Amino acid sequence: MASVSIRDLAVRFGAVTVLQKLRLDIAEGEFIVLLGPSGCGKSTLLNAVAGLLDVSEGQVWIGGKNVTWEEPKDRGIGMVFQSYALYPSMSVRKNLSFGLRVAGLPKAEVEHRVARAAKILQIEPLLDRRPSQLSGGQRQRVAIGRALVRDVDVFLFDEPLSNLDAKLRTELRVEIKRLHQELGSTMIYVTHDQIEALTLADRVAVMSGGLIQQLATPKEIYRRPVNRFVAGFVGSPSMNFVEGRLSTTGGGVALEVGEGARVPLDGYVFATPPQDGRPATLGVRPEQLTLAAVEGGSRLPVVFNLVESMGADSLAWGRIAGALASMRVEPEEEVPTGRPVEIFFHPEHASLFDAKTGERL
Amino acid sequence: MTALPATAPSAVVPSGPRPKRVAASRIVLYGILLVAALYYLLPLYVMVTTSLKGLPEIRLGNIFAPPLEVTFEPWVKAWTSACTGLTCKGLSPGFWNSVKITIPSTVLSVLIAAVNGYALVNWRFRGSEFFFTALIFGSFIPYQVMVYPLVLVTASLGIFGTLQAVILIHTIFGMPILTLLFRNYFASLPPELFKAARVDGAGFWRIFFQIMLPMSLPILAVAIILQVTGIWNDFLFGVIFAGTQNYPMTVQLNNIVNSTQGVREYNVNMAATILTGLVPLAVYFVSGRLFVRGIAAGAVKG
Amino acid sequence: MAETSIDAAAAPPPSRFLYNLFRRNLSAKVAATPMVATVLVVFVGCTLWTVYYSFTNSRALPTGDFVGFAQYERLFAARRWNVSVRNLLLFGVLSLVLSMTIGFLLAVLMDQKIRLENTLRTIFLYPFALSAIVTGLVWQWIMNPTLGLQTTLRNLGWESFTFDWITNTDMVIYALVIADLWHKTGFVTVLMLAGLRSIDDEIWKAARVDGIPTWRTYLSIVLPMMRGVIITTLVIVGSAIVRLYDLVVALTDGGPGIASEVPAKYVINYMFSGGNLGQALAGSTIMLAAVLVFLIPWAIIEFRPKKER
Repeated sequence: MASVSIRDLAVRFGAVTVLQKLRLDIAEGEFIVLLGPSGCGKSTLLNAVAGLLDVSEGQVWIGGKNVTWEEPKDRGIGMVFQSYALYPSMSVRKNLSFGLRVAGLPKAEVEHRVARAAKILQIEPLLDRRPSQLSGGQRQRVAIGRALVRDVDVFLFDEPLSNLDAKLRTELRVEIKRLHQELGSTMIYVTHDQIEALTLADRVAVMSGGLIQQLATPKEIYRRPVNRFVAGFVGSPSMNFVEGRLSTTGGGVALEVGEGARVPLDGYVFATPPQDGRPATLGVRPEQLTLAAVEGGSRLPVVFNLVESMGADSLAWGRIAGALASMRVEPEEEVPTGRPVEIFFHPEHASLFDAKTGERL
Repeated sequence: MTALPATAPSAVVPSGPRPKRVAASRIVLYGILLVAALYYLLPLYVMVTTSLKGLPEIRLGNIFAPPLEVTFEPWVKAWTSACTGLTCKGLSPGFWNSVKITIPSTVLSVLIAAVNGYALVNWRFRGSEFFFTALIFGSFIPYQVMVYPLVLVTASLGIFGTLQAVILIHTIFGMPILTLLFRNYFASLPPELFKAARVDGAGFWRIFFQIMLPMSLPILAVAIILQVTGIWNDFLFGVIFAGTQNYPMTVQLNNIVNSTQGVREYNVNMAATILTGLVPLAVYFVSGRLFVRGIAAGAVKG
Repeated sequence: MAETSIDAAAAPPPSRFLYNLFRRNLSAKVAATPMVATVLVVFVGCTLWTVYYSFTNSRALPTGDFVGFAQYERLFAARRWNVSVRNLLLFGVLSLVLSMTIGFLLAVLMDQKIRLENTLRTIFLYPFALSAIVTGLVWQWIMNPTLGLQTTLRNLGWESFTFDWITNTDMVIYALVIADLWHKTGFVTVLMLAGLRSIDDEIWKAARVDGIPTWRTYLSIVLPMMRGVIITTLVIVGSAIVRLYDLVVALTDGGPGIASEVPAKYVINYMFSGGNLGQALAGSTIMLAAVLVFLIPWAIIEFRPKKER
């Protein structure tokens, strides 16, 4: 177990800046997920922690020790890759023990550790097979095992489930969570899949453009996104956005949408005092919208044109003030389509962003 | 056709008129390919039949006629006693010289190129891409441009006119294409494999020998085939660098055939020619697809 | 936290920088020494040496007497060199055009889902496995005017048949082309076939749906898509033509007279037996220039699109 601290880390490849002075402190035993679209720098950050690339500026600390210039093997880390990266010419047993043999551990110790890891991951029957004889799920277990045998303080996962089909992905996701609870190790996990991020993480770091946009618990990320990027990236279907203008006149704060329609924002907790006339974007998640009027709720004008059945629930698609919007409804609920109706939401659960900077208001 | 059940007419009707037209163009197609194949096979046929004839039969003046009386004497003579201008020991010394040149040159050049390719893909250092590009461009420089200074270099190393000199020269000039081959191969492997090995604590040579080499058997085979045939067929470097005692088979063959003294023994010449071509031909026929892959891999993407 | 107190000292000390510059990836740098040495000593060093000494008065041994362009003036005045260059130009154009055309056509024919494709490819390619010396000697025998093809066909009743190209000053260069095409057309075919196969099947389906005739598809769609393979083949075949040496030595040894001399042979002869090194070096410098004419446009075409992407 060890804490990980990333201090003003910058990575540049030639003229391209991939990470910009990034700071991140991870506590001992914490499960951190780096979430973001491809090209946001999350894998680069992980590789920098692993020591697999040269950082341009800043430091990486693991377990209270500056390891910025240490070799990967000396950092006390284990890593699991998306493509499994099992050595094809070695049996599973050899794959697991390779690092230990390189380190020159006594034979008995190597065998003991391999046996223990195999037991934890339930891959004992596979030990003498070649990677090519394993299924995708089995391969990824072996890959996790390879990190496990090294008795490391920090586990690094680089999109470990992306190559698996949906069913296996769910299974292994649960397994990784169980592993974290059992071992209590620090884990850094890179993914672009928000379900993985929200289910696994103690804290999620949403990344974009080589920066961490928001670092918070999954709940916080989902409920109180700090900017429009995070709000739009997390959640499926995406949060609905309505453009407008703040108005503080005429009793209480409201958003003026289109031609004179006023959406009251009573109950919304402003981070900065609202200014009259400021262009702003209102964000409401699809499940926060209802057809039925709610007490203390505000109303939005909408025209629905399509209802998608998702099984457990349905999605009604339409337009609010010209922008595409969706609303989650019960499967048996009747949604009026093709004509203007009003839907309702609680402003205290909604988000409000500056239209220009995208920052939460 | 008539035996088909009546329930499946739709499956039969559309394919009705087409086969005839196709067949006509197919005949033309196969005709052209057959003629081309004959053009390619004819010299081989002439070589073999000539080498099995006696000289009087050759003087009848029909190179296409099969031998009336098969004799293996030209083959024996080509191998043991044909004259190369200076000596009359046949091709066998040349054969063994070629073996002594080809094996170490192949091993050395393939190993160096494999390490080059691996270092270029996984251990880039300042200037590594520049040197690689320079290497590829250098491979297009005519050998004649570099040959004389290399004579001086090998002479100053004290190895000019020895096997070591030819081996060195083959290693140098085999490097560009082989390095390209290995670099492209290693670049096609998932980079995570290398990262995983580094996290496991393996260093440059351990990753090369324990992870990379075991994975590169197919490309090793391609490289070996390329080098064995290429070096065996070399003439220029052998004649310049090896020294008279170490002339490879190609040089001795040319000396046997084109030495102007005495009666021209065409049957012996052809036997000697086949003997010289035998090793690369054997490699070619045994390796088949790998040979094709080698020349395609070297050329299709640079 | 205790960490923060040593934070300031944790910046990489100067020794770390030196370590990174020299010691890091040391094994890789050591391992790459043969490559670096080859580039610097052979490709750069030896080439510059040759170019430099082509401006000297070297005879049997290299000397430092600088004579400017005198060697080049003599070279271009020499009949043997001029014959060599003319031969190479004629040979080069014929060999390039014919091998590319025939190679492509054979590849197209072999791409028609034919039977025995592997057998045919084996037949077309086997000459390429043989050395140019072997090729030259076989064709020398077949084209032998007294006992070869000419006599054979005359004896079979075609009295007027004449095929004496290797002893005919005007025709000998075509004899070289015939042997050369036998040797390498299969190679071009295999490369072109690989190029044809690399084209997505859906292109063919789309063209068929659009009703474009097969020959038209080859000409207007497939051929432009094979640009990369064609250019690479051109460069390989082209630079091999400039080096043409072994085949000439085996087939004609430059004869009759000097009728089939080529520059590479001129250079080697003067270098090792003519006792006129300056001439040889000037000749090889010209050969280098000729290759650069091929190489530079190719390099520009090859490396420009990568930047755009």
